[in-house]
Amino acid sequence: MSWNKKHLLDIESLTAEEITTVLDTAKAFKAVGERAIKKVPALRGKTVVNLFIEPSTRTRISFELAAQRLTADIVNFSADASSFKKGETLKDTAKNLEALNADFIIIRHSASGAPHFLSRVVNASVINAGDGAHEHPTQALLDAFTIRERKGKIAGLNVTILGDILYSRVARSNIWALTKLGAKVTLCGPSTLVPKTFEQMGCRVTHNVDEAIRDADIIHLLRIQHERQRKTMFPSIGEYTTLFGLNKARFAKTKPDALIMHPGPINRGVEIDSEIADCDRSLILEQVTNGLAVRMAVLFLLNGGKGPQEIL
Amino acid sequence: MPNAQRESAPPGGVVRDFFMPESTVILDAAAIQRALTRIAHEIAERNENSAEVVLVGIPEGGVPLAQRLRKILSDIWKISVPTGSLDVSMHRDDLDQRAAPKIHPTEIPFDVTGKTVVLVDDVLFSGRTIRAALDALNDFGRPKKIQLAVLVDRGHRDLPIKADFVGKNVPTAANEKVQVRLGEKDEVILERK
Repeated sequence: MSWNKKHLLDIESLTAEEITTVLDTAKAFKAVGERAIKKVPALRGKTVVNLFIEPSTRTRISFELAAQRLTADIVNFSADASSFKKGETLKDTAKNLEALNADFIIIRHSASGAPHFLSRVVNASVINAGDGAHEHPTQALLDAFTIRERKGKIAGLNVTILGDILYSRVARSNIWALTKLGAKVTLCGPSTLVPKTFEQMGCRVTHNVDEAIRDADIIHLLRIQHERQRKTMFPSIGEYTTLFGLNKARFAKTKPDALIMHPGPINRGVEIDSEIADCDRSLILEQVTNGLAVRMAVLFLLNGGKGPQEIL
Repeated sequence: MPNAQRESAPPGGVVRDFFMPESTVILDAAAIQRALTRIAHEIAERNENSAEVVLVGIPEGGVPLAQRLRKILSDIWKISVPTGSLDVSMHRDDLDQRAAPKIHPTEIPFDVTGKTVVLVDDVLFSGRTIRAALDALNDFGRPKKIQLAVLVDRGHRDLPIKADFVGKNVPTAANEKVQVRLGEKDEVILERK
């Protein structure tokens, strides 16, 4: 058990022990979500701001509910309805939020590094809810939590991440978390979206989907991030589905206990066959449930002050 | 209650020197067993309807004590007394003043509504853990009564909280530590700085 960080900006700078601390803490918060009274007063009197400069539904709602279940007050701030359109800078917006005594700022931004910048200019705790193609730490933590809960461990598992790796912050955060926890990570997808340079992050890269999923214990599917692709990275969606989509024929050749994950939103019939998304080996909705517990754990841990853990 | 008081023993074989804290055994294994037996009998005497009583230990120290009390009480009453554990970390009032605490499992596999809940902890000190426990227990139902059993009451209360069943009252100075060790060798130690 160790945690003395003020911000959660990325997985890259966390140790395996810190990741495990979040997962252990999340386990306790998942149990809270299963009680008749799902709310605890841990963050009573604290103010949390959801600063979402890039659209999001599930992450924003998950953080919102997490803060509410911890008895914090939460304010939602989205780019559409904000003064960004009137030309205010990110720093000025954040300073204004801080003037309202925000204790936590949860930021999603299209620019990589925006949360890191913010953490240097405000006193509040900053949580990265996705910055460009860089990282999405709470997604990786909830994915690790889900894998550990279902498989009982992470070390030694074969995890294949299949899809648009190049533009995926989920992939990067997952690679950091899973490799730190001892999993063997394989990346697969079109060569334009899965360059060999990812091997530097400690994983295997292949462009042969059948080989990538054959020995996998976990198959993690990713959506094509059309909004981040500035040029055409592959001929057509139809061809992507044919070559890399998880269809029934491919699914039949996976290990019988291989589990399917997807951070959502899923595109049925593109990266995943509709029936596979709904089958009992799909963890897609469990990921959503666990995301809430993990985000409560992150807020709880960041709320802790400096100094020893000692209770008197 | 206090994590600090549950620190594991210093490594054995260390030569005691001038700077080492002075420590005294205030309860040995036999005394701990006698205290728990007496507490169990007091619980049985106070609560005529044994079917209404449940035990809830507060991690970490209170959980093994609740298990031991369950064994003695079950022998007295000839029934199995429902026993659970209640982590109070999420209900503490000092969460932003120190590093986030480790959360232990909460397992209350029975309904507390209408029951007499005997909260069990190892050391009663400021009373803040018990206040948090009273709040936390509320989330699981509405007990008919809540009573408090502790192995050691060391005084220095911050809040108007009093134990119903006490193994031993130990006058302490604020800078002393009371360590309850249960395991291979049961003992309660008072450590002076």
